[in-house]
Amino acid sequence: MRISTFFYTIKQGIINIFRNKWFSLASIATIGACLFLFGLFYAIVMNFQSIVKNAEEGMSVTVFFDNGISQERIQEIGAMIEKRTEVSKIVYKSADEAWAEFKEEYLGEYSDGFTENPLENSASYEIYLSDVSMQPALVSYLEETEGIRLVNRSEVMASTLTGVNALVAYISVGIIAILFAVSIFLISNTVTIGISVRKEEINIMKYIGATDFFVRAPFVIEGMMIGLVGALIPIGILYVLYEKVIEYIMLRFSILTKLLSFLPVEVIFNTLLPASVIMGVGMGFLGSVTTVRKHLKV
Amino acid sequence: MVRSDAKSRRRKKHISGGDEIITLNNVSKAYATGAPALNGVSLHIKKGEFVFIVGDSGSGKSTMIKLLLRELVPTSGDINVMGYDLTRIRHRKIPKFRRNLGIVFQDFRLLKDRNVYENVAFAQRIIQVSNKEIKRNVPSILAIVGLAGKYKAKPRQLSGGEQQRVAIARALINQPSILLADEPTGNLDPKNSWEIMKLLEQINENGTTVLVVTHNREIVNAMQKRVVTMKKGVIVSDEEKGGYIDED
Repeated sequence: MRISTFFYTIKQGIINIFRNKWFSLASIATIGACLFLFGLFYAIVMNFQSIVKNAEEGMSVTVFFDNGISQERIQEIGAMIEKRTEVSKIVYKSADEAWAEFKEEYLGEYSDGFTENPLENSASYEIYLSDVSMQPALVSYLEETEGIRLVNRSEVMASTLTGVNALVAYISVGIIAILFAVSIFLISNTVTIGISVRKEEINIMKYIGATDFFVRAPFVIEGMMIGLVGALIPIGILYVLYEKVIEYIMLRFSILTKLLSFLPVEVIFNTLLPASVIMGVGMGFLGSVTTVRKHLKV
Repeated sequence: MVRSDAKSRRRKKHISGGDEIITLNNVSKAYATGAPALNGVSLHIKKGEFVFIVGDSGSGKSTMIKLLLRELVPTSGDINVMGYDLTRIRHRKIPKFRRNLGIVFQDFRLLKDRNVYENVAFAQRIIQVSNKEIKRNVPSILAIVGLAGKYKAKPRQLSGGEQQRVAIARALINQPSILLADEPTGNLDPKNSWEIMKLLEQINENGTTVLVVTHNREIVNAMQKRVVTMKKGVIVSDEEKGGYIDED
């Protein structure tokens, strides 16, 4: 391709956008709305997953040992637990540490009367899981392990978190799939209208001897540009909104601050920006290529 | 109009069978419904000829033009234009073939949002002529059709005759071997019709083969050129210096 043809194609693509500005605006709005919703869901899902993950990580199973168990056996059990794949972290708490913690938390100065450790048999392991759905399996393993007297866990919390996490993932994938189908349909329609407006021009080009590539290229460039603009606008809006909304939540519901840990804006947009641009440009490309193809049989 | 050497060498390769530039051998074209539009038509046109194809609507003129443009493929028979076998030509070769044809339509088919200069330059951009050459070629072709002063005008600011001149300039700028004009005076008044026909004659005198499909009786009768008359899909007469044959 000649360099002048390359620039001509780009120029025509841009001119096309302005020549049919209402159709172009409709396309940009469609892609923009779709990617805005995509970005919104993405930000919500990512934050929700992060919150769930934090909650999961903060949730532990505590095991207490049989009376009079040897220190060696405790270490042996610790090593066995640590080897399991679902375990992310294991913390040993000796009887003395447990008592010290209890005293500080509940008794304060009234603890002076105790000469011996009343929690003599309260040495424990706090086991943190990497995947909260594996909790039942770990618990049944622990209960069958010799030397363990008691396994404390919060089963209700674990199953709720697992369920909610899966539900959010399914719903968001479903909604995003529907949005994509709708927007591809709308883009295809918009491009079809745009092309039918220029059908005569395409016919003239074909009669004069334009190659398929020469006819298609400006429309494809146009589609890709519309996709690009349609991606950048909602991303810009989301970027501003995201920070404002989080600021507002933190301010208004400060009580939740400890429970909810929102992802920083960069983490979200490091993925969201390239993903949206690729999707926007990709949708514009696919929409224009398939639609132009239909109108080339002169 | 200057044709580059490389270009004319390439073109010569395609030209076969002596001086014949258009050959139709026993060509028929039938559509899905109704009688065949063309029925066993044979036609031989030599390089540099000026030929009128006349006939009423339904005679098969439009089908013939579409076959010559390779917009349609014949149901049977052979068509050879400038050495291109149009019954066997590959889809991707069609643009290259069409670049050797200049086409003029009754309704001008100009790009309404572009000015005269851009409409003509458009034909050169399509075949990837450099900007520098376009800037040289467009004004000279506009001078030939008598529109040098109106290169900035949009089609709607021009009269029908002027619009057809722009269309002719666009058809000529790539120096086609053949100029196909489909009812070029159909939308014009008698004065403009005459001017357009004189222009086509002048183009023919410069060596381009000109094929004009028309039902303008006065022009056909006055110009004393070869006239091919069609009726119901067949050629009913082909006269060297003919006239418009009246309906019986």
